[in-house]
Amino acid sequence: MTSSMLFNIATFSYLISMLVFFTFLAVKSKQVGFTGSLVAYFGFVVHTAAIILRWKESYDIGMGHAPLSNLYESVVFFSWTIILIFGAIDLKYKYRVVGAFVVPFALLGMAWAQLGMDSGIQPLVPALQSNWLLYHVITCFLGYAAFAVACGISIMYLIKAGKDEPSGGAQAGGIIAMFPSIKILDDLNYKAIIIGFPLLTLGIITGAAWANYAWGTYWSWDPKETWSLIVWFIYAAFLHARFTRGWVGKKAAVLSIVGFAATIFCYLGVNLLLSGLHSYGGG
Amino acid sequence: MTTSDRGFLQTLWDFFCSVKLAIFLLILLAATSIIGTIIPQGTPPPEYLQTISEGKYKIYQALGFFDMYHSWWFILLLYLFTVNIVACSIKRLPRVWKIISEPVLVMDDSFEKTLSLTHDVKMNGDAASLRDKMAAFLKGEFSEPVITERDGEYHLFAQKSPYSRLGVYVVHLSIVVIFIGALIGSFFGYKAYVNIVEGTGTSVVYNRAGQKPIDLGFTVRCDDFSVSFYETGAPKEFKSLLTVIDDGKVVVEKRPTIVNDPLSYKGITFYQSSYGPAGEDGLYHFTVRERKGGEPVRLSLHQGERKLLPDGSSMQVLEAAQEVSQFMPQFSGAAARIEVTPKGGGEPQAFVVFKNYPEFDAQRGADLIFTYDGSDEKMFTGLQVAKDPGVWVVWTGCFLMVAGCCMAFFMSHKRIWIRVRKGQVTLGGSANKNQPGFQLAFDGLVEKLKQL
Repeated sequence: MTSSMLFNIATFSYLISMLVFFTFLAVKSKQVGFTGSLVAYFGFVVHTAAIILRWKESYDIGMGHAPLSNLYESVVFFSWTIILIFGAIDLKYKYRVVGAFVVPFALLGMAWAQLGMDSGIQPLVPALQSNWLLYHVITCFLGYAAFAVACGISIMYLIKAGKDEPSGGAQAGGIIAMFPSIKILDDLNYKAIIIGFPLLTLGIITGAAWANYAWGTYWSWDPKETWSLIVWFIYAAFLHARFTRGWVGKKAAVLSIVGFAATIFCYLGVNLLLSGLHSYGGG
Repeated sequence: MTTSDRGFLQTLWDFFCSVKLAIFLLILLAATSIIGTIIPQGTPPPEYLQTISEGKYKIYQALGFFDMYHSWWFILLLYLFTVNIVACSIKRLPRVWKIISEPVLVMDDSFEKTLSLTHDVKMNGDAASLRDKMAAFLKGEFSEPVITERDGEYHLFAQKSPYSRLGVYVVHLSIVVIFIGALIGSFFGYKAYVNIVEGTGTSVVYNRAGQKPIDLGFTVRCDDFSVSFYETGAPKEFKSLLTVIDDGKVVVEKRPTIVNDPLSYKGITFYQSSYGPAGEDGLYHFTVRERKGGEPVRLSLHQGERKLLPDGSSMQVLEAAQEVSQFMPQFSGAAARIEVTPKGGGEPQAFVVFKNYPEFDAQRGADLIFTYDGSDEKMFTGLQVAKDPGVWVVWTGCFLMVAGCCMAFFMSHKRIWIRVRKGQVTLGGSANKNQPGFQLAFDGLVEKLKQL
């Protein structure tokens, strides 16, 4: 059993989970929703085992490092954190239908990594040989994942709010009726963001601490650093608008989606389109 | 001061106290920051300048786009943002502090109406004994209450984590602290670099902006530099052995300094950053033996130098590498490309010999068999040098920011009031965050009260 096989099983599980969640939207059976979550959890367990196995494999070939060192490994880890945050929200609030809008993000990441990227284990370049790599990457990606979940929930919000309006408060039929009420969606959006914001803050701080330790400057306005700050500014604006100016509902949902778009640019756009110190996406 | 002056100052103050301004500045900072991630910063490469027109270049130059994070308008935005944060906090803090330090101890009828969570419970007993019962109940289930008597009624007030209300101000303070740390660093610190050739030392480093020399006040010597590679040819480790000599005494001896493990002395930190050959004066060593037998001969020569061999032919070193796998992935270790010219002239032959494969050259089939014994080519180590006395202030600010975020997002100020009348107990509750969660806790409290 290789880690690569396990990653494929996890990817396939997320695909099944997503399809089951879509079925759930149509048939509205509680058992189907439960099955969707269960399959996602199964995928998560396999995914976790695969990451650990890949870690071990890197030691077996004498390169020994955490599987967080290149674009392939980071996308795989990003998908893992999305399911982790989804699981936390699913277990706590039990709105299964959220899975239909969040699991696809994880599936997308895994499918891209498995099908479109070189999965070979590469040796760690000197710049990444530090324990800070672990702290920095884990906090950043947990933050990104929380924003991904918030984005999925915001999309649900906009669909629901858009469908509810014309019918003038009457019961909207079909799939939309399965969604939690817009009040709950709005609250979940906020909850996901207040999980993500401190994690992103920690991610930026651990990055600064590492940069200071390795290069002697905690901030050098590198494109990656700058974009992480831009994301931070956007969510800070979201929180202030919500607390003091009553920006809830549609405006909050739109800002949450804009924030996640900036997050994705910070994660992928900077590496693929701009130049800088975080070179793992290059080439 | 005239009234219009006061009017102006008041307007200015109100302007800076506005959260609208804060949101506007956050969005503006986010939007303008994008510029510097698209336009190369510092000295833009000539290839980039060729892609933009003369007019565009002049506009970019005037707006400071080539060093935009240090341009006057970006710094001004940051200062405005700081003033905004401070003003907002100063305006709102006294009100919040009052809620913490002078809590409403008495829930009268008008106050009760403002609370979303209230509950009446009928209970037997006179007011005094109910008061004691309720005090014990709150202490056991929630927190120690304050008891006030008014008009024959007893009012109990208990609260949890009132200081969580300060979380947002802790975050605001942390941003100011980080800015102060950054200012200390920029006024009293420097970023510099230095290249040190193996075996030599220096007490002078050069400022990265402007190449101005800076005297360290002590000497740093590089005793040895080495670089190792993975089998794939990718670099594995750069290592300098650094010795610090202060006032004639060796204070740090041969400290290995690698990427991600810098050397610090007297507040100045040295970071392994780059390396290179120190010059052309490296000495290369070879052993030559004749195929038909006889004593091997050892030879040492500089690059470009020609030496006579035992059979009358001559050799010279064309090039050498510490690690050949970058060029020839199937081999590893040091290698040299040499050229042998037969006795009395003729067609010279060039070939590669490897330090790790001493028998390799025998396969060439020539009369002379060469092995490469390595070089003592001198390297230089490139070190980044930084002094930043403000860095601990920045870390303090970062710590405050994380602590403040946790206070602001995950803790809430929960308050419970109990009014005791003869035969009747009224509960009121409020939390400034996470209302649904608090409602569950409040309902639980009511259930327990009914069991009493």
